[in-house]
Amino acid sequence: MENTFIIDGMPIPFEPGQNVLQAALAAGIFIPHLCFYPGLKPNGNCKLCTVIINGRHVSACTTLANSGIEVANNTPELNNKRRLMLQMLFVSGNHFCPGCEKSGNCQLQALAYDLEMMTPHFNHFFPKRTIDASHPEAFLDMNRCITCGLCVQASGEVDKKNIFALSGRGMASHVVINTPSGKLGDSDFAMSDKAARVCPVGAILPKRRGYAIPIGERRYDELPISSQTEFLTTRET
Amino acid sequence: MLSLQEPPERKLRVATVSLSGCFGCHMSFLDMDENLLDLFELVEFDRSPLTDIKHCGPCDIGLIEGGVCNSENVHVLREFRNNCRTLIALGACAVNGGLPALRNGLDVREVLREAYFEQLGVVSNTIPNDVELPLLLDKVHPINEVVFVDYFIPGCPPSGDAIFKFLTDLVAGRTPRLDYPQMRFD
Repeated sequence: MENTFIIDGMPIPFEPGQNVLQAALAAGIFIPHLCFYPGLKPNGNCKLCTVIINGRHVSACTTLANSGIEVANNTPELNNKRRLMLQMLFVSGNHFCPGCEKSGNCQLQALAYDLEMMTPHFNHFFPKRTIDASHPEAFLDMNRCITCGLCVQASGEVDKKNIFALSGRGMASHVVINTPSGKLGDSDFAMSDKAARVCPVGAILPKRRGYAIPIGERRYDELPISSQTEFLTTRET
Repeated sequence: MLSLQEPPERKLRVATVSLSGCFGCHMSFLDMDENLLDLFELVEFDRSPLTDIKHCGPCDIGLIEGGVCNSENVHVLREFRNNCRTLIALGACAVNGGLPALRNGLDVREVLREAYFEQLGVVSNTIPNDVELPLLLDKVHPINEVVFVDYFIPGCPPSGDAIFKFLTDLVAGRTPRLDYPQMRFD
């Protein structure tokens, strides 16, 4: 059939130009992901959306959908690897969910719930990271940053401000602010920016707005992220 | 009600302790309400804040609340590991250090100085150093960084329902598994 491919035995329609992740989400099939956001160019950064296509491990967000390809997605093997990646993300930052305003709306946490990550397993790094409260409307908590690069992309591609950038390599990779002082308060960052809304974790949060929606009533508290494909595709673009 | 086919031949012996925790997980345990009655049909308690037994004897299940923040925590945790066939990390602090581990980015000396000298309203000129007091470790550790841990129940605290589901699964010989709403990190 034209413009159809297979995920775990299910035929999935696609429009030319769509990547595998976009087509899957549009068809209601969930592929775990952190660094993909509708309207931003897929960057294949987090590797959570790794699937197996024709025997090769590839990122679903950077692979174009193609007629006839066969994709393995929701398999124990892939989900075990995804859980392992989540565990490594949890121990390499300081993710204290009980004290985080993003808890319940956090995509990292939601994926950990969905993939039943009962423990981060590995020894924690407890790295020393910075908190930047210099901006009047937002604060940056780098303890929670997973360097997915979404704020960098949103600020560059959409806001045209280039406020955020990734610096350093490997383990030393981190988000920096493009001002002489390195402080967010010295940039023209505004809460109306797209960059203010794309963070999948609690690294960029608005000031003076805490727990407006109580814990227990948040997006991923009752329903798993895997059942919310419609939201994931229609998030503001 | 329990989905057990038959009650076990003997009651399983359970020990519980709070290391560097706030007893919130124990409160949550008590929050099982009438499910406690069902649970007590299956288990009896060894060392626990509920029994006030001071040392852990041979047990089937050990529930550890809290992370490891001082030398006494290390000894107690090892005593539990040596005596419990199945050791369970109960709650965020045991699983990943929890909020006490927020001090891990700070120097212990500075933490003590802040607590005993700098705090507003504190009248003190010494850091307590009685030999009876356990020494602080330089970092708070999740318990699986000190001993082998069989199972983990996340949550701050895990709900009474989550603890009940987990324990009854375990006692019935099923692989313990939380339902989605019970799976919480906060």
